[in-house]
Amino acid sequence: MTKFLVGIGYNGWILPVLLVLPLVGGLLLVLHRCTQRQDADAAMRSARSIAFWIFVAEAVLSIGLWWSIDTVSADWQAYVDVAWIPQWGARFTVGIDGIALMLILLTTLLMPLAVLGSWTSIRVNPHAFYTLLLVLTTGMLGVFMALDLAFFYVMWEVMLVPMYLIIGIWGGQRRLYASIKFFIYTMVGSLLMLVAIVSLGLQAGQGGPPVFSYDAILALTRAAPVVGSYWLFGAFALAFAVKVPMFPFHTWLPDAHVEAPTAGSVILAAIMLKMGTFGFVRFAVPLFPDVAMDPTVRTIILVLAVIGIVYGALVALVQPDFKKLVAYSSVSHLGFVILGIFAMTVESMQGALMVTISHGISTGALFLLIGMIYERRHTRQIDDFGGIAKVMPIFAVFLTVVSLSAIGVPGTNGFVGEFLVLIGSFPTQPYYTVIAATSVVFAAAYLLWAVQRIIYNPLVKPENAALKGNDLNWREIGLLTPLVIAILWLGVYPKPVLNKTEAAADRLVRSVEAARMGSMQQLPPAGGR
Amino acid sequence: MQTAPLVTGHPMSDTIARFAWLIPLLPLVGFALNGLLSLHAAAHPGPADPSGSDDDHDVAHAAPAAHDHDDAHQVARHPSAGLVSLIGPGVLALSFAMTLAVLYQFGIADQAMHEPYVLTLFQWMPAGKLSIDVAFQIDQLSLVMMSIVTGIGTLIHIFSVGYMRDDPGYPRYFAYLNLFIFFMLLLVMGANYPLMFVGWEGVGLCSYLLIGFWFSDKSNADAGKKAFIVNRIGDFGFLVAMFLMFANFGTLSFAGVESAAAIVPMGGALVTAICLFLFLGATGKSAQIPLFVWLPDAMAGPTPVSALIHAATMVTAGVYLIARSAVLFSMAPVAQLTVAVVGALTAVFAATIGLKQWDIKKVLAYSTVSQLGYMFVGVGVGAYSAGVFHLMTHAFFKALLFLGSGSVIYAMHKAYHATHSPEDAQDMRNMGGLRKRMPVTFVLMWIATFSIAGIPPFSGFFSKDEILGAVFARTHGSTLAEAQWLGIPGSLVLYGVYVLGLAAALMTAIYMTRLMLYTFHGPSRTGEKEATHLKEAPWIMTGPLVVLGVLSAVGGFANVPALYGGMGSQLLHSWLEPVLGRGTEISLGTEGVHLSHATEYLLIGVAIAIAVIGIVFAWLRLKPDALVPAKSAPVEEGLERTLLHKWYVDEAYARTVVQPTLGISRTLLWKGIDAGIIDGLLVNGSALLVRTVGWVGSQLQSGRVGTYAWVLLMGVLSVLSAFSFR
Repeated sequence: MTKFLVGIGYNGWILPVLLVLPLVGGLLLVLHRCTQRQDADAAMRSARSIAFWIFVAEAVLSIGLWWSIDTVSADWQAYVDVAWIPQWGARFTVGIDGIALMLILLTTLLMPLAVLGSWTSIRVNPHAFYTLLLVLTTGMLGVFMALDLAFFYVMWEVMLVPMYLIIGIWGGQRRLYASIKFFIYTMVGSLLMLVAIVSLGLQAGQGGPPVFSYDAILALTRAAPVVGSYWLFGAFALAFAVKVPMFPFHTWLPDAHVEAPTAGSVILAAIMLKMGTFGFVRFAVPLFPDVAMDPTVRTIILVLAVIGIVYGALVALVQPDFKKLVAYSSVSHLGFVILGIFAMTVESMQGALMVTISHGISTGALFLLIGMIYERRHTRQIDDFGGIAKVMPIFAVFLTVVSLSAIGVPGTNGFVGEFLVLIGSFPTQPYYTVIAATSVVFAAAYLLWAVQRIIYNPLVKPENAALKGNDLNWREIGLLTPLVIAILWLGVYPKPVLNKTEAAADRLVRSVEAARMGSMQQLPPAGGR
Repeated sequence: MQTAPLVTGHPMSDTIARFAWLIPLLPLVGFALNGLLSLHAAAHPGPADPSGSDDDHDVAHAAPAAHDHDDAHQVARHPSAGLVSLIGPGVLALSFAMTLAVLYQFGIADQAMHEPYVLTLFQWMPAGKLSIDVAFQIDQLSLVMMSIVTGIGTLIHIFSVGYMRDDPGYPRYFAYLNLFIFFMLLLVMGANYPLMFVGWEGVGLCSYLLIGFWFSDKSNADAGKKAFIVNRIGDFGFLVAMFLMFANFGTLSFAGVESAAAIVPMGGALVTAICLFLFLGATGKSAQIPLFVWLPDAMAGPTPVSALIHAATMVTAGVYLIARSAVLFSMAPVAQLTVAVVGALTAVFAATIGLKQWDIKKVLAYSTVSQLGYMFVGVGVGAYSAGVFHLMTHAFFKALLFLGSGSVIYAMHKAYHATHSPEDAQDMRNMGGLRKRMPVTFVLMWIATFSIAGIPPFSGFFSKDEILGAVFARTHGSTLAEAQWLGIPGSLVLYGVYVLGLAAALMTAIYMTRLMLYTFHGPSRTGEKEATHLKEAPWIMTGPLVVLGVLSAVGGFANVPALYGGMGSQLLHSWLEPVLGRGTEISLGTEGVHLSHATEYLLIGVAIAIAVIGIVFAWLRLKPDALVPAKSAPVEEGLERTLLHKWYVDEAYARTVVQPTLGISRTLLWKGIDAGIIDGLLVNGSALLVRTVGWVGSQLQSGRVGTYAWVLLMGVLSVLSAFSFR
């Protein structure tokens, strides 16, 4: 495989192609819409299949990365660097390491499933919907591979607009409120980040034209304390904290999830939240290691993470709407990721990356399942269900397996990540870890209670009894099966994935430790902030 | 943790033991096959579609005949029931045979196996310094557990064929049961704590699924959920213990932890904390105070499940955990005393509740909690092999009691089903006089009763006596006796534990005799019409009962005390010596403990006397003839009611833990902080602020020159004043 990939020069073109292909697909959809006159049904069918096949092509193309890139090497892999806007010093620089690799694969492999999940539910203006989905994909992939901060920022915003529209147009009852809330929340954070990026670019330019290259800025911040590093870190951290979302910046998430169409929720939870944690791992922490490891800063972030873990779980416990419940559970799970990152051990970092991937799979699957039952019952209120296992046994099996994964039962992916985060964080942060570990109880409580009220209990409501014979169809089974396989595979044999991210995690932890040691030796740094 | 290479040097590596991974794999295959059969039938409802009469049948099982209006004799047998009956017990029988083969290899080995045979399959989660293998540890202790799990498991699977065959969820039942055995084997075979934890949580999951097997009844689904969540509280303790071990020892394998534990300071804070957290895990899984509340509710599951999971195997996992960590616990006498005290208190507390229950399974459930307390007393005082011995005999006689009660319930249920009576098939007040109808079950249940009550030479006598003797022996000279527990001298604590143990033994004899009297003796209260339908269960069910009866009767000879000498003298004890010996020695202290033969005979005499007194007292005091059927029974008052309502522990937990958590989450966190402060005040508040500012701004843009002039003037004035006041 490797030889074949080298032969076709795979690493030289794959990243730009992955970025461009969805845009081409989007263009195709627009052209199709303009040239073909179709009734609504035919439009839906053609739009979804074009989008589906583009995403399949994207997934197939991206798979080669598993073999083609060297995750141990300290160099960026599949690196491409061309001038973009020379006057502003912005370049088109992309490259990945083991961490970005896993997130890119998560994205490309999940997108076809997201399309399958909205197969029959998007009937209004499907061409526009799928075009936005494609553009969104470019944005997300761009964020994961950008090595130029200006380019990174553009991609960050590219991803914001399509999601805003997806929620605002194809959303539920309160879609406008939710979409505007989502937009403003994210915008406030990211504008401050823009200021920080410009400031860093100017400093790296040293009087000349600004330089936004990640490596150059990294060298700059490592060489000597940059001006206002606390404020710069704060700006990045705020943007990412909103995205994660960390308590108390999380309240856009439940609204956005509840109102978004299924594909929107899936992408939001599975991939877009990971932009925040990825941002910490790629930018905020490595660029400002001494700020991130400053005891005060670290404590603030850890406290917020642990609050998020417990608070998210407790609030999830009392949600009447299943989607909202899952949204709050995301707040809880993502808290683990932040805990793992800021505990700063190789084990906890590996765990954080594992939770990132696992949460994408299980929460994505949960939203798909909610979408399936919503299409049949037109409600998401947990109390409207009951006894569904009687009439939809296959749905019940899938919901059970996916919920167990979200609870973190050993043997599923959820356990591996949580366990690594906790056991890795304990040596450096024992108290926060123990508090975080209490969520194993709450997680079981909120999900099992919800599962019971949905699929178990007596089948009394006639609307639910009428679901008999309307169990999951082959398309739905087919799109859930890969997710369930991933859940079990990552739970039983996560080693291949852990191996891919090990070197990058190790490098990050060691460089942060080294920077911290360095800054401790040159104490007292004159001026501080 | 070092990646143990495929121990080539180990004498077992050339034998059948190297295929030991097949033992758990077979039930897993059974799970997959039965699960697919179950789903296949659900996806392709054929002419024999079970789900038509599904609802009625399920309800009929859970609460007999409540809505039973379909033809009572028409059963909706699952289309692939035959195949399932073959696969389900079949895979387990193969596992059992395989276990026996490995056991045989261990037994015939020339020298005693002092090194465990560790079979490493693959690396599970490598991350940084952490490396956890999927590896099985085959040694004397795990072999005992594997034999119990697969052996008793096979018997209960066979029994289930008779008990569950007519249930529409038959393949699903066997899928869960097979999966349970898989996880249970992982639990006892895992060579490190995380792998054991996989089994630990896995059996909890299967327990959840099987308790809620008839999920259409809300109370069953509730019970399953309760079991899982309460167990998770314990699992939290298990997790923290693992964190502490990894942070301080850098390893999680049994071998690694054991050698690291041997060099920590005796009674140090670290080892005590690890042990207490492990014990928290054990109180969850093994239903001890304060986490015992889920087990009685777990009786909502099918009765064979109660026998297998909630009596013979899963609930003993906590005892196994402590035996497995023998060296750790022996280094922490304070933790050991805690285990012993909690075990003794649980034994007495649960026994008091058992005295007043009417549901035959509830009596047995509290009896199980109580007997588990005994086992904890054993492993708590460092008599690890005694704890494991009682675990084994209890597996025999309690499985027998549960399956026997299953036979009774089966008969009662059929009888009520036949006559469309809405009565409760599990209430002892509706039974009575069954000895004539079910003679085999009757005799076997008495054997089990004698065994659990501690009448020689039945198995329970030996194991219970060994535990009590061990407690008494350790009151002087052991490390426990010299330790302080909450300021109380250890030897005083041990005397207390001994007395509590005797009290529990007395009550055990009483409630078991009561159960037998009310069920099998006296007149029949079932109802005239129904009584004619009562009959012994088919042989596929009684057969396993007979085997268990033999084991209950003679199982004690596996470990006859040295006192009597002769055959089987301390067989189990010396068999387990390579695994548990070190831990036992440490807690015996430097001088060791000795009891004179006279004392030993005295202790045995006391124990037998207590058991006999209990049985005779119950026999004389209780009058089955005076009992009335459940529907016409008077309401209990006073202490009786308190006992019937289980000391109101569930209610107390609901008031103090469950409701406050939900209330705080809903009112304070969600409505208060989330919707109120963050969204209401900050998010929407800032939106309002922006809108207000915008409105003010728009008001300023009035177009009237006069206003502009005023604003200009005010601006100039304020700028000037700002400068002048500087």
